[in-house]
Amino acid sequence: MIKKSTIIPMPLRYLINIVLFAAFLFVMNTLITGGTISKYYSGVISSIGISIILAVSLNMATGYLGQLPLGHAGFMAVGAYTSALIMKAAAGSLITFPLALLAGGLVAALFGILIGIPALKLKGDYLAILTLGFGQIIMVVLLNIDDVLGFKLTRGAAGLQKIPKTTTFLITFICVGITCFVIHTIMKSRHGRAILSIRENEIAAESCGINTTYYKTLGFVVSAFFAGVAGGLYAGNIGILNPSAFGFMKSIEILVMVVLGGMGSMFGSVLSGGVLTALPELLRDFDKYRMVVYSLVLVVVMIFKPTGLMGTYDFSLNGLLDKLILRLKGGKGDGGGKAVLVEKEGKANE
Amino acid sequence: MSRFQREPVKLVPVPSPNFIPERDVDKTPILEVSHLGIDFGGLTAVDDFNMAIGRTEIAGLIGPNGAGKTTVFNLLTKVYQPTRGTIMLDGRDTAGMNTIQVNKLGIARTFQNIRLFKALSVMDNVLIGLHNEMDYHLPSAVFRFPSYWRSEKIAKGRALELLSIFDMQDLADAKAGSLPYGAQRRLEIVRALGTNPSLLLLDEPAAGMNPSETTELMENIQKIRDTFKIAIMLIEHDMSLVMGICEGIGVLNYGKVIAKGTPEDIQSNPQVIEAYLGKKKEAN
Ligand SMILES: Nc1ncnc2c1ncn2[C@@H]1O[C@H](COP(=O)(O)OP(=O)(O)O)[C@@H](O)[C@H]1O
Ligand SMILES: [Mg+2]
Repeated sequence: MIKKSTIIPMPLRYLINIVLFAAFLFVMNTLITGGTISKYYSGVISSIGISIILAVSLNMATGYLGQLPLGHAGFMAVGAYTSALIMKAAAGSLITFPLALLAGGLVAALFGILIGIPALKLKGDYLAILTLGFGQIIMVVLLNIDDVLGFKLTRGAAGLQKIPKTTTFLITFICVGITCFVIHTIMKSRHGRAILSIRENEIAAESCGINTTYYKTLGFVVSAFFAGVAGGLYAGNIGILNPSAFGFMKSIEILVMVVLGGMGSMFGSVLSGGVLTALPELLRDFDKYRMVVYSLVLVVVMIFKPTGLMGTYDFSLNGLLDKLILRLKGGKGDGGGKAVLVEKEGKANE
Repeated sequence: MSRFQREPVKLVPVPSPNFIPERDVDKTPILEVSHLGIDFGGLTAVDDFNMAIGRTEIAGLIGPNGAGKTTVFNLLTKVYQPTRGTIMLDGRDTAGMNTIQVNKLGIARTFQNIRLFKALSVMDNVLIGLHNEMDYHLPSAVFRFPSYWRSEKIAKGRALELLSIFDMQDLADAKAGSLPYGAQRRLEIVRALGTNPSLLLLDEPAAGMNPSETTELMENIQKIRDTFKIAIMLIEHDMSLVMGICEGIGVLNYGKVIAKGTPEDIQSNPQVIEAYLGKKKEAN
């Protein structure tokens, strides 16, 4: 009959992952609050988490939905400014920051709908250019809205100062966990399959009765929402917001993470989002060569592995455990390590 | 062909200038197309196309390459909007509807140039066909509510059941794009059946299949019609298949229907022979 590749039953798989993730949070948090990891490095770790959220959320639009948006930093900016303004207005309470993050995500999602509905009617290059334009417009608006309309809101080029630095390791990585969980559970459902079917073949998707407009917008909006949350975390991590931080280069930087990790691989996005953020921080002296290294790495990967480091493969801890159990039980899993990996692509991987 | 026995069927007229099998005549034809036409710029790809299909009929659409057969399917499924004419599906006018709406109304199809979700598993391909048969909402998926598990389990069972029509249930975990050509065509049929159609359109289902695969396909097409009690319309160049299982056949040439009737009528129709073999005079 059917090849049963899952040995550990479903609810248990979730439990194992949640317990392990909680343990990771606890250990790291103890190290940070105990001072074993310095404040500086704790900030770096938070920015790694922020990059991971950005990469994983962009992967939803590029890897899963198959579009090429070039304005991801625009959504991040909208979320960052929304959260920062809320934080500045109502700092202090413990609940303010989570609410500010949520608000950042929601406003970004709203922009996702506004930009997504016209953009997703276009294909390929046109969508790329429209979203690129959106990113630039957001930047220009943030820069000039105060001057033009006489607000004291975004404070133009000087930017927002003295935002409460409420981003901690814990809250960042809880957001990382939520982002990965939500996108994962969406993708392993009828809604996620509908999104994948659009990437694979839009005409066939429609002939299966899939409302492609709705699902394109959904994928785009979820992607924008988490970019907005990442923006809020960014604001609380740095404490200063400046429109120039959200330019075209930022969008490209996030795209590079996704492409490098492998479009359509959440694990790849997590990995390359982490590495590409950690490396420049660890090699501070080489900061000016950052974009050179970025471009070189991208060119090299595209030549030797055009599908990205991970392809569409997604890491599954439980999948690994399954294989281990199989092997211990008597070698049914041997000889097929690689083949099993390939076959499991796109299947339920927790 | 010799293994294959088609029950003799009498075609009877319905109110529009069309014919359907006698056993279906007390029910509304599943499809009634009248004066259907489309122009691409100056080119009239289909013109004054008329056809009715009975509830449980297996109908054929044949004609030389470029005659407009695939275009008819694209019109029926609203990949193109017709320039002229009406398409009545189950007694309802489909004017103004899009591909998704006519699928929900009951038309499912396969494609001449296979359009599978290649990077996804065979199971996922069928589950996408079953998309609208599942009913849980987004929050149920995100929070993994019981309705998610229940609906997914039922759908997966249904998918395996549908795959077993073609004995493909063991391939559920394989990547669709890695299947051999014939299996890809069969998977497309399974995916289409997932949408629970009342009319299944097959565009050259036997293309690229060897004779034994084709014979098996013929049996399976009949099996599908008999078990699901649906109508099937197929475009095919393999005449043993068409003449073997189709009850009513339409012949298209240069976008126009040049003949309609039972396989026996078609085989002896001089215009059809001319369309396929060319005029004697011209051949000289
Ligand atoms: N989208 C289109 N634009 C222009 N011409 C088209 C289009 N689709 C089909 N045609 C033309 O319509 C005619 C019928 O094509 P088609 O329906 O594919 O034929 P068949 O399936 O019978 O081989 C051909 O001349 C083809 O070039
Ligand atoms: Mg054709």
